[in-house]
Amino acid sequence: MVALERVLENAQSQYCPSDNKFTCILSAKMSSPAPKSPELSDKSKKYDRQIRLWGEHGQTLLEAATVCLVNVTAVGCETAKGLVLPGIGGFTVADGSTVKEEDLGNNFFLDASYIGKSKALACKQLLQELNPDVNGDYVDESVDYLLENRPNFFDSFDLVIASNLNEKTLLLLSNRLWESNVPLLYCRSLGMMGTIRLQIREHCIVEAHPDNPQFDLRLAQPFHALQEHLNSTEVTSKVPWLLVLYKYLRIWQKEQPDGHKTPNNYKEKNQLREVIRKEMKADEENHEEAIKAVNTAFGAGTVPSALKAIFEDEACELLTKKSNIFWIMAKALKSFLIHDNNGNLPLPGVLPDMTANTDSYIALQNIYRQQALQDADQVYHKCQDYLKQLSLPPDTIDERSVRLFCREAAGLTVMRGTRIAEEYERNSRLLPLMEENEVQDNLTAYNFALRAYERFLSECGHIPGECTAEQDIGRLKTIAGKMLGDLGTHATISDDVLHEISRYGGAELHAVSAFIGGCAAQEVIKIVTKQYKPIDNTFIYNAVSTESVTLKL
Amino acid sequence: MTVPSPNPALGLHSKRWNGLRHILEREGPFCKDDFTASADNLDFLQTKSKVLIIGAGGLGCELLKDLALMGFGNLHVIDMDTIELSNLNRQFLFRRTDIGASKAECAARFINGRVPTCRVTPHFKKIQDFDESFYQQFHLIVCGLDSIVARRWINGMLLSMLRYEDDGTIDASSIVPMIDGGTEGFKGNARVILPGFTACIECTLDLFPPQVNYPLCTIANTPRLPEHCVEYVKLIQWDKESPFGVPLDGDDPQHIGWIYERALERANEFNISGITYRLVQGVIKHIIPAVASTNAVIAAACALEVFKMATSCYDSMSNYLNFNDLDGIYTYTYEAEKSEGCLACSNKPQLLPIGDANTTTLEDVIKLLCESPRFQLKSPALTTVMKDGKQRTLYMSTVKSIEEATRKNLTQSLGELGLQDGQQLTVTDPTSPTAMTLQLKYHANEVEMS
Repeated sequence: MVALERVLENAQSQYCPSDNKFTCILSAKMSSPAPKSPELSDKSKKYDRQIRLWGEHGQTLLEAATVCLVNVTAVGCETAKGLVLPGIGGFTVADGSTVKEEDLGNNFFLDASYIGKSKALACKQLLQELNPDVNGDYVDESVDYLLENRPNFFDSFDLVIASNLNEKTLLLLSNRLWESNVPLLYCRSLGMMGTIRLQIREHCIVEAHPDNPQFDLRLAQPFHALQEHLNSTEVTSKVPWLLVLYKYLRIWQKEQPDGHKTPNNYKEKNQLREVIRKEMKADEENHEEAIKAVNTAFGAGTVPSALKAIFEDEACELLTKKSNIFWIMAKALKSFLIHDNNGNLPLPGVLPDMTANTDSYIALQNIYRQQALQDADQVYHKCQDYLKQLSLPPDTIDERSVRLFCREAAGLTVMRGTRIAEEYERNSRLLPLMEENEVQDNLTAYNFALRAYERFLSECGHIPGECTAEQDIGRLKTIAGKMLGDLGTHATISDDVLHEISRYGGAELHAVSAFIGGCAAQEVIKIVTKQYKPIDNTFIYNAVSTESVTLKL
Repeated sequence: MTVPSPNPALGLHSKRWNGLRHILEREGPFCKDDFTASADNLDFLQTKSKVLIIGAGGLGCELLKDLALMGFGNLHVIDMDTIELSNLNRQFLFRRTDIGASKAECAARFINGRVPTCRVTPHFKKIQDFDESFYQQFHLIVCGLDSIVARRWINGMLLSMLRYEDDGTIDASSIVPMIDGGTEGFKGNARVILPGFTACIECTLDLFPPQVNYPLCTIANTPRLPEHCVEYVKLIQWDKESPFGVPLDGDDPQHIGWIYERALERANEFNISGITYRLVQGVIKHIIPAVASTNAVIAAACALEVFKMATSCYDSMSNYLNFNDLDGIYTYTYEAEKSEGCLACSNKPQLLPIGDANTTTLEDVIKLLCESPRFQLKSPALTTVMKDGKQRTLYMSTVKSIEEATRKNLTQSLGELGLQDGQQLTVTDPTSPTAMTLQLKYHANEVEMS
């Protein structure tokens, strides 16, 4: 696994269309001129459309990752396809069976020339052919055999993708992977239904890429350099709206009896808008922009609840030599907030574009960027102190990583997952899903029905509905009833849902698998690149109604 | 073409169909009311159905695979593009050695080789190269396009194919349903359109994000972003210095290199940071980020709707799915509503509100047609029938001689041009294969106020 800090060396050259200005901070200290027309490398061109999303540093992490695909199914192969195309480092297919005619109908990565041959080999070859950059490997052994005879087999992977397991094997595999701290993505695709279950112990995300990022401008409590700039700059029609807004904020504040810092409700915001409107001349674009910005310009900079939880986490309190650098940086950040910054986050240093003349905009931008660098520098030195205390080398954490960490402070996220096996025990997360003796909604019911299907496979040794739709409904119902009873509920799954599951007779439909496989592939990419938030922890999709839900089980 | 294959491994009783046959030959509690479980369903997909896929790019490659493996035996695909290196991270039917070849032909060849139960016919052409008689042969049309204009054009084509009964109702046999998918980064949508019955592309034009255009004065005088510097070089310096003596080609690395260097100089001059080669390329080519996963998901959602509609096994989605997986996985399905004032599918002339006919120039009208969210036309040509019964072309930009002859009309007011309140204008535009009729409505502001 490539360490985060090494990867971030590339961060300065990345471009994200939505936040290119973010990256400028990282390069703000670079003074040497860029080389003449640095045309992109061949690989960089091939992956251009995705590097625009997760950056060169995300791509580097993806190319360093290896995954294992347990069982060759359509949903498994479609997931793998979604990883081979963007250039994952490597994949290993594990399947002990041979290709049969009935496997060809729904799987694009098997063909008739492989009938009678190893399924793992066939799918490995046809998948690898998609992208020569990727290392493909295969093991023609069943997962049961591997768990029994080569229990360490899975330990070296960054993640395991599995599908089409019976209940017994699912529990064995998921427990084994939980013990060895390897994330598991378990996919189901049956008839018109699909699910994805992510089992991961801990997942730390620095770059969550929120869809609508809030700019953190500190207008309520300007930092020293900003305060000086605001005081010494005349507000004209050529300056950024931020200066306009600040001027009238001060006027508005003087009218407030109770010492309000910033307008925080509809009425107050309208008052401030009126103050600006009253004073502005026609065609003052920056004043118009200031009026528009009233709604969004205030409020950021405080500690969100997710970050509070990170600060209170035991992993943040008790650093060890083995601590993930995320936690070392988190502790340094916390110390900076409490001791050096009045409880405020470090400044992200990102300014939205504002109509203004070049000099006044760039001057303001530099003030924000400089402060962001200063804040990050303080956090960096705290990181170095902790590294010293832990007797870790100073280059364990570099400045660039800390700058990124500080810029993203408001969105830092730690996910703590649950074991799949817990779903089969009585636990508090399951009860809210039940209502009046019925499983609460249709999608949840299907998730339980699919589990009943897997128990049926374990107990009966054949697929429910294999010969006729009706023959196995009764048995499936008994199993589902017992399963829910064991969880401490009298809720039932409707006969219609069980009938539908049985009607499928084990059919895996390609398009449902392609939908689930596409989603699953992106979840894997999120986990290995540590960017964007993955599901927490069960995604359920119903292709009949085109609905989906995510449950925390 | 509909003769069943003599090879039993490819026939309807081949074990490859076991899974699909459970779905198509068994009754179920959630099936559509008029679904008849029968072996005829698979036979229809394999030997009778005919589906057109428009676009063989990110969505198109996935759609071809999905439909071939969902039992469809006869697919056609249209794409005018050739394969580029940056396609390979998601357009999985293409390899490095295919760069420069036709997407449609290459994709068809790959599917025909891998899935012997499916025959794909490629068309290395533009959609505008075909007329009604071509589009009429299909049961369904699926779109995987990246161009809004092309989507609007095919939407207009399918609407123009509708036949109306005397009482104004639509002859059901003239309807060709359209399933449309679109993606951008981690976001996508899929929708089902029954032309004339449910919301069409033009009904929901406002769903498309507006294009980002930087004001020219910012670009020229007060640049603040690296993008402003790139636009300056592209719009002003390129023509002035004409470095290679040819128009700018976003695919020529020499051109991008030149723009990169000039943009960097300009950025340094203004103390603007953040110019990178990738940014320059993105601005010049209007690049939209794309990943394999989103294309796979949206194409699968479209393929499922094609399958539902072709077999009647389940009700179609009603009618618009939004997807995004930036934060977890999110889907939302809702019914986009048909617009009564839709230019394309309302089947009646739409009013064009004009404030004062004596101050509104023809140029103002054209600007309105291009810029208002309701119309969003590209280069409209306007004709009308004057009071004396004579056909008159008011403006047309696409034919040089007519443009020159009608240019003087642009600065004239509607009153000066002799256009009356209630007069009908016939408008043609690249966004539609057919002309639309707009009726002038004068004093529109006063009417609104009263």
